[in-house]
Amino acid sequence: MALAIKADNISKAYQLGEFSTGTITSDIHRWWTLKRGKEDPYLKIGETNDRSTKGSSNIVWSLKDINFKIKEGDAVGIIGRNGAGKSTLLKILSKVTSPTTGGIKIKGRIASLLEVGTGFHPELTGRENIFLNGAILGMRKKEIVRKFDEIVNFSGVERYIDTPVKRYSSGMYVRLAFAVAAHLESEILIVDEVLAVGDAEFQKKCLGKMNQVSQGEGRTVLFVSHNMSAIKNLCNSGIMLKHGKVVVAGDINDVVNEYYLGDMSDSDDLDISSLKSKRAFFSSWKLLNGVNDTAMFSRNQCHLNFDFTTNSKIEGVEIGLVLRDNRGELIYSCNSRDNGGTFFDLDEGSYNIDFDFRFPVKHGHYEIDIAVVSKEEIICQWVSKKKLQVLSDFQSPLDEKWLGIISEPLKFSYGSASS
Amino acid sequence: MINSIPADTPADEQVWDSEIKPQSNLFDLHLKDVWNYRDLLLLLVRRDFVSFYKQTIFGPLWFFIQPIFTTVLFTFIFNKMGGFSTDGSPAPLFYLSGIIAWNYFADCFSKTSTVFRDNASIFGKVYFPRLIMPMSIVVSNLVRFGVQFLLFIVIFCYYLFKGAAIEPNITLLLFPIIMLLMALLGLGSGLIITAMTTKYRDLAFLVTFGIQLLMYATPVIYPLSSAPEDYRFILSLNPLSGLIETFRYGFLGKGEFYLQAFLYSTIVSLVVFIFGLVIFNKVEKNFVDTV
Repeated sequence: MALAIKADNISKAYQLGEFSTGTITSDIHRWWTLKRGKEDPYLKIGETNDRSTKGSSNIVWSLKDINFKIKEGDAVGIIGRNGAGKSTLLKILSKVTSPTTGGIKIKGRIASLLEVGTGFHPELTGRENIFLNGAILGMRKKEIVRKFDEIVNFSGVERYIDTPVKRYSSGMYVRLAFAVAAHLESEILIVDEVLAVGDAEFQKKCLGKMNQVSQGEGRTVLFVSHNMSAIKNLCNSGIMLKHGKVVVAGDINDVVNEYYLGDMSDSDDLDISSLKSKRAFFSSWKLLNGVNDTAMFSRNQCHLNFDFTTNSKIEGVEIGLVLRDNRGELIYSCNSRDNGGTFFDLDEGSYNIDFDFRFPVKHGHYEIDIAVVSKEEIICQWVSKKKLQVLSDFQSPLDEKWLGIISEPLKFSYGSASS
Repeated sequence: MINSIPADTPADEQVWDSEIKPQSNLFDLHLKDVWNYRDLLLLLVRRDFVSFYKQTIFGPLWFFIQPIFTTVLFTFIFNKMGGFSTDGSPAPLFYLSGIIAWNYFADCFSKTSTVFRDNASIFGKVYFPRLIMPMSIVVSNLVRFGVQFLLFIVIFCYYLFKGAAIEPNITLLLFPIIMLLMALLGLGSGLIITAMTTKYRDLAFLVTFGIQLLMYATPVIYPLSSAPEDYRFILSLNPLSGLIETFRYGFLGKGEFYLQAFLYSTIVSLVVFIFGLVIFNKVEKNFVDTV
């Protein structure tokens, strides 16, 4: 299939901090240096965009050397944490701002919806605003006339269509605005997180409409959201950005998994010397019957072993273990007192603590969170940076689309009802 | 499916409709794009008018109230009290013609000079040819001028039938061209200012009071002929002088028509307009980052 969008090495630099004070001199300086064919003295190459660390220059690369291709008819989810460069990328794609370097080639018309109701005028009626907003988004007047009834119908604000929009509730306002945008006839539709507004019913309607646009009408959709289930439902491929770079691109499930794994690391770099001063601490964990220290097959026994040290005697101890999935959803919890266990005392020293349980879950990464409690007081709690990996030993035809949580052996049979 | 690709992949055979690049040709003005968005221009003009008189008692009558009151005031202060010459034309007609023409220019100029700032929120969210916005301002003002011009015509006819000393003549035919040139001059200078105010806000303040002063450097409340010989040359450096004088001359037949002055105004207007277009076009691509 043909490509709809091809981005070559796009980068975007922003200047941080104050703009106007004293920039006339530096502007002239820059102009003069560029004039002599030298590099821009105010652009330092190679600095990445990490908002939590302080950079050495006040130029920051919001996007750096982004390359990707998007095929016609694809629904692409763009994900990443705040400040990863998603919005900048959308702004460049929708021509609101231009890249500092690089270029994008586009086939077809682009309509972008970075905000609902851009250009709505509060004094104008719903009807007048449909025309104005539609034209701002790039529709011709006759196109709007043709789709007018459909738009009003979709918005569900028919009764108020001749009332100035300043009298609308915010929900009605958004409904009307999205309705206009949803009826754009462009080959490529770019949607920023606009679905955060509106009630659940309308959100569903919007997602349905976007689904129809991408799958039914074969148009290309680019969708930015932090709502991973919406992204998974809507998109078939994805791009994940981090600090202005493409971390992973491809099938949406891989990309979403990568997003959830985000901060996972292979080891817990614990500073043992600082732990020594604590009353008690966990220092590591491993799987005893996995394929390696951290990975196991689904439906096997999960035998976890923890290294625990206490620097003083603890009385009336119970230990709780919690496993969470990538979404932070609590999947499994157990306690040393489950099934008739009792409180126990621990003398100063190091211990091996074992939890052995069946863990019949689907494949994925699970976070381990363990806590030692004495007399209802948490003595120490530890969330490991290493994640427990559950592997799948079979391939489902529907794959990840219908992942769910539990994975149990399946007995399936069928027979003729007449027998 | 998306694939990360190495940067130096050779260009494929595919046909592309458009390309987003950092820097395009300075003279690539996207005029075809502007034409595609012509419906938006008309809707914006409509918006300006509808929102102007919503929730007002007099509604569109406000278009007349301002020039009438100003004319009465000017006639009283400058003509009756100050004894300013009107070159023998009826004072109300003389002032009204000056005021509506001046207002037309001043509004085109001052409103386009803040177009980036006023529309930063829209411009930051959606792309359409930025030029549509200032153009819609000019068209709005043209319509407003048209309405006020009707008032002028009514009063003009009144004096004509009364047999006042007015002699409309052949230069009247230049009227549409004058209107166009004033629009281009106002738009052009507005575009230059707005492009520069995205970085240097000072200019916006300069415009607000500068435009008031400029009125006195333009033959609005006095005819150019009444200016002292020494200053007349300086006054005629103002490209508006030639335009307003010609406009008046065409209707009232008073004053003089200098072809040189008119040509000078024409050339300056066109140069300012083209320069404005180019600088606006250069700034519009990235102003969102700086405004």
